[in-house]
Amino acid sequence: MATIDAGAATGRTVIYRHSLLVRLSHWVNVLCMTVLLFSGLQIFNAHPALYWGQYGADNDPSFISMEAVEEGDRAKGLTHVGSLTFNTTGFLGLSEVDGEATARGFPDWLTMPSYQDLASGRRWHFFFAWLFVINGFAYLLYGLLSRHFRRDLLPAGNELTPAHIGHEIVNHARLRFPKGPEARHYNTLQKLTYVAVIFLLLPLMVLTGLTMSPGFNAVAPWLLDVFGGRQSARTIHFLTAFSLTAFVVVHVAMVILSGVFNNLRSMITGYYAIEQGDKQ
Amino acid sequence: MSRIITRRRFLIGATMTASALGLSGCDALVESDRTKSVLKIAEGFSMKTQRFLLGDDALAREFTEADLSPVFRANGTSMPDNPQYLDWMNRQFSTWKLEVGGLVEKPMQLSLAELKALPARSQITRHDCVEGWSAIGKWTGVPLGALLKTVGLKPEARYIVFHCADEYEKTLDGSGWYYESIDLVDAFHPQTILAHTMNGRDLEVAHGAPLRLRVERQLGYKQAKYLTRIEAVADLGRLYGGSGGFWEDRGYEWYAGI
Repeated sequence: MATIDAGAATGRTVIYRHSLLVRLSHWVNVLCMTVLLFSGLQIFNAHPALYWGQYGADNDPSFISMEAVEEGDRAKGLTHVGSLTFNTTGFLGLSEVDGEATARGFPDWLTMPSYQDLASGRRWHFFFAWLFVINGFAYLLYGLLSRHFRRDLLPAGNELTPAHIGHEIVNHARLRFPKGPEARHYNTLQKLTYVAVIFLLLPLMVLTGLTMSPGFNAVAPWLLDVFGGRQSARTIHFLTAFSLTAFVVVHVAMVILSGVFNNLRSMITGYYAIEQGDKQ
Repeated sequence: MSRIITRRRFLIGATMTASALGLSGCDALVESDRTKSVLKIAEGFSMKTQRFLLGDDALAREFTEADLSPVFRANGTSMPDNPQYLDWMNRQFSTWKLEVGGLVEKPMQLSLAELKALPARSQITRHDCVEGWSAIGKWTGVPLGALLKTVGLKPEARYIVFHCADEYEKTLDGSGWYYESIDLVDAFHPQTILAHTMNGRDLEVAHGAPLRLRVERQLGYKQAKYLTRIEAVADLGRLYGGSGGFWEDRGYEWYAGI
C-alpha cells in the first residue's frame, strides 16, 4: 500500500473513538440483551409454538413448533418449521435436565432460570426490558444531539455504490480490515449493519413486545394492524431476536478477528489504536 | 468491623451477580428474595405507565364473528371436582347462586336466571394466556360496574375479589382455591363483565360455567372461572396467599396487562 510510516516510531496513532455515553450504553445493552434473550427463551418454552395472525393456540396451525413425542419406549424431540420436521432430540423439543430426558422447547442451558419457571422468566424479562428501553432512549437522544448518528453511522453517498460495497465485502471475506485513515471511521458494512440494528431490529423488538401486551393493545390498537395480530407480533419478536443473536455472533467474531484487545479497549476506555498502513 | 463485613458481602453479592449473569444456569441469584423484590419494581412501572397512557376507559380491541377461534382452548381447571360444584352442575346450575358481599351497602345473592335477566354486554375479544397463546371468543354477560353500583360499594372498598369453585392445587390449608382480584379502575371498565354466555351458548364447564370474569385488558389468569362469590375488600393481604390471586401467590404479576 501507498501509506508509509512517515517517521512514526511505533506506526500507530491512538484516537478517541467512543464517547462515554456510547461505551456505557453499549455495555448496559450487552447486559440487557443477554438477560432478555435467555429469559425470553424461558418464556417461549411455556408454549413452544409460533403462529401467524390475531390468535393461535394448540388447535391452530403453527408456523414453528417444538414437541417431544414417544416412539416405542423412546422419546424424541421434534422441531416443525412450516411443513418440514426435524429431529432435534437433545437440543429442541426434548433435552436432558439433571440427566433426565425432559420435554422442553429450548434446553436448560439456554433459559433463565434454567428450570421451567415462567413467572421468574417474565420478571427478569420485563425488568431488563425497561432498562433496555431507558438505555435505548438515552442513546438515541445522545446520538441525535451529539451528531453521533450523522457523523459516524450515516453512510456517505459514495460509500453506497455497488462497487464500493462489493470491494468491502471482498476485503471482509479475506479478513483484511482497514488501516490508516480508513480505520478512523466505520466502514460501510459496519455503518449499514449498525443502522439496521439500532433503527430497525432493536425498535422492532420493543414494538413487537409491546404488541403482545393486552394492556398496551388498548393504548395503541394500531400496532395490532401494523404487525397483523398479537400472534404475528410474537413470531416477529422471536425471529428478530434470532436475527439479533446472529448479529451478535458475527459482531463478536469481527471484534476478535480485527484485534480483540484494541477493540475491547476502545469500548472500555474509548481509545483505539490505528495501524498506519501495512504491517512491517 | 461491620463496615468490612458489609463491604465483603457487597463483593460477594457483586461476584454472584456477575457470575449469574454470565451463566444462565446459575439460579442462586434468581431465587434470592432481594432479587425478586428488585425485579418487582418493573411490574409497578409497567402498570403505572400503561394506566397513564390508557386512561381508565380505553377499550381492548373487539373483533368480528369472522375472527373467532375455531377451537377455544380451555385452560386451568376444566372440571372442578368439588362435590358442591358437581351438585350445581347436575342441576344445570339452577341451585347455584352468586354472592356479592364484603364492603358493600346491600349484599346480594343472584341466581343464574336473575343474572341472565340483567342488561348484558356482548364483546368479541382476544384471550391471551400468560404462556403465549391467544384465542378469540364472544362473551356475553353483566357489566360488573352496573352490579357494583346496585350493591353500592363502601368508601373503603379498593379491590374486588373473585372467589371460585375450583381448588386448583390441593393443599392442607385451603390456599389452593382459585381466586382473583382487580382494582376499581378495571372493575368499572365498560368491558369488564361477568360472562354467562360464550359464542352464543351457555358457558361450558371447561370455560368456567356458570359464570366467569372477563377483564379484557389483562392476561388469561385474571379471567377467573366458576365464580361463586364476589367480595369488595380494602386490601388483599389477608386473603389466601396475600398477593391477590392464585397465580399471583405463585409469583406471577398481579397487574397482568403485559
